[in-house]
Amino acid sequence: MPLPLLDINELTISFGGITALSDIHLQVSPGALISVIGPNGAGKTTLFNCICGLYRPDRGTVRFHGEPLLGFKPDAVARRGIARTFQNIELFLRMTVIENLLLGRHLHFRAGFFDAAAGSPRWRREEIRHREVAERILDFLDLQAVRDRRVGDLPLGRQRLVELARALATEPKLLLLDEPSSGMTAEEKDDLVFRIRDIREEMGVTVMLVEHDLKLVMGISDWITVLDHGLKIAQGTAAEVQADPDVIKAYLGETAIY
Amino acid sequence: MELRERYEEDLFLVRGALAWTALIAFCAALLLLPRAAPGYLLFTLSLIAVNSIIAVGLNLLVGYTGQISLGHAGFVAIGAYTAGLVMTKVPWPEPLMAWGVSWLAALSAAGLVAAAFGFLVGVPALRLTGPYLTIATLGFGIAIHQVLTNWDRLSGGRTGLFLPKLLFGPWRLGERQLYYVAIILAGLLVWVAFNLVRSHVGRAFVAIRDSDIAAEVMGVNLTVYKTLAFAVSAAYAGIGGAMLAFILGYLEPQLFTLFESIYYFSMIVIGGLGTVPGSILGAALLTVLPQQLAALKQWLPLVYGGTIVLVMAIEPRGLYGRWMKIKLWFKAWPF
Ligand SMILES: Nc1ncnc2c1ncn2[C@@H]1O[C@H](COP(=O)(O)OP(=O)(O)OP(=O)(O)O)[C@@H](O)[C@H]1O
Ligand SMILES: [Mg+2]
Repeated sequence: MPLPLLDINELTISFGGITALSDIHLQVSPGALISVIGPNGAGKTTLFNCICGLYRPDRGTVRFHGEPLLGFKPDAVARRGIARTFQNIELFLRMTVIENLLLGRHLHFRAGFFDAAAGSPRWRREEIRHREVAERILDFLDLQAVRDRRVGDLPLGRQRLVELARALATEPKLLLLDEPSSGMTAEEKDDLVFRIRDIREEMGVTVMLVEHDLKLVMGISDWITVLDHGLKIAQGTAAEVQADPDVIKAYLGETAIY
Repeated sequence: MELRERYEEDLFLVRGALAWTALIAFCAALLLLPRAAPGYLLFTLSLIAVNSIIAVGLNLLVGYTGQISLGHAGFVAIGAYTAGLVMTKVPWPEPLMAWGVSWLAALSAAGLVAAAFGFLVGVPALRLTGPYLTIATLGFGIAIHQVLTNWDRLSGGRTGLFLPKLLFGPWRLGERQLYYVAIILAGLLVWVAFNLVRSHVGRAFVAIRDSDIAAEVMGVNLTVYKTLAFAVSAAYAGIGGAMLAFILGYLEPQLFTLFESIYYFSMIVIGGLGTVPGSILGAALLTVLPQQLAALKQWLPLVYGGTIVLVMAIEPRGLYGRWMKIKLWFKAWPF
């Protein structure tokens, strides 16, 4: 078995009395597309927050390319090649679409403060190069039509796509998507499935997907991990997970509440 | 490569023949003005240039990066007194004095020392947000004023600090020459500000303002960029302060009170938060207005406070935002 790209061991974090993640083990091999599912409050978003450096776990290790990741701040994690989107969309709403993507290019800038202040040729060359990359990603996700629109003026489905584009602009090795389809129409969802497949196949990006739409998840994932109350209760292919009695109980338990 | 040209064009600060004509005409007017204008007008214009420098710097911090500073007069004071002390306390050899090295050094030192203080204020500011940061900067401004008031040996106490006349070769810089220095400096610093805000540095500033979590996840180092914003903003204030010292020729702590901090803050709110031209507009307006309203002097704080509230309620992007809307309206006219 090849060295996993992402290697999570014994990951544990609690908030006050709530254990949001308890002794989680998870290995993601390069090029895989895996999903993390589970009822509300299962700890899916918390898992992403631990990986990308927003939360500091109480215990456990996260390794990326075999190197420890914990203890680094989110910007340092981003520099190592991990990008993400947010469940609640964290875009720069007053900027245009292209400006949002250019922020995705931020970590690739080598020109320093004084280059920028003087608008030096070096800065100019870099800026143009990064704009070209950003335009290519706009093309790739069919966002050219809204290139100069303020992100805050776009409908939710579009905003999610812009956030995906911005994450791609960082040229990540690992992409964490937190409920990318929520708020999307049925067509937009179908479209999203193709895009995620393209991202994986054409760009060679490893993808971790958190999603509530189980149909979407089942169709797209290599394998699936199921969390419930901070515990990993199952892992396997779509068919295996669907047949797992613990999983059925966890989900039935949830529906029973509503 | 048709696309490539478009990107190049995106990077131009001034676009189109009309904009270039307007800019050149404006610069020519500023350069030719001293021939026609009376002395007090030149003095006012020099003050506008100084206040523009300070306001543009403040806007980089408040409008772009979203970190409120209500103690900016503190940085202005640090720049002004650094310049004053470098001019008076450093034993400059005669030729350096005569060739303007002393005041150019004073100007640079003012920017650097103020930037260092900006950085120092920026570090604790990393842990503070919203009202807490506002109160901390407010405290900083008051502390600087207190230090100047009580530390006679530094500030010259009640007699104040007098600066020698600036020299440049055979010339003593009078009102007219200082006017040129002020507008050239302002022009340079405004150009730098424009460069910054359209670069990755300026985008990082705005990103921090709009969503610091997303900025961080995109690879923006919050520690670096927040302290950078403070340092740059303070450097602008410091250079503005030094220029103010040169123009007035005299410094006293009362020039740098809490009221001045609010005064600078009003400029950017009224002119337009997060816009460079707005800062200049606000600076010009609030330089001229108090001169016209001299009779209302003790009411000015109230006027500024009221105006800030009004602008926030009606047009959060200030005068410049309103102007852009009017321009758009005319472009669309007659529909
Ligand atoms: N910053 C925090 N402070 C306190 N509690 C938190 C924090 N972040 C997460 N939690 C708690 O951790 C648990 C897991 O939350 P998390 O957001 O990871 O769930 P989730 O699986 O993403 O749920 P959902 O499907 O609703 O998004 C919840 O009980 C939540 O209240
Ligand atoms: Mg979640």
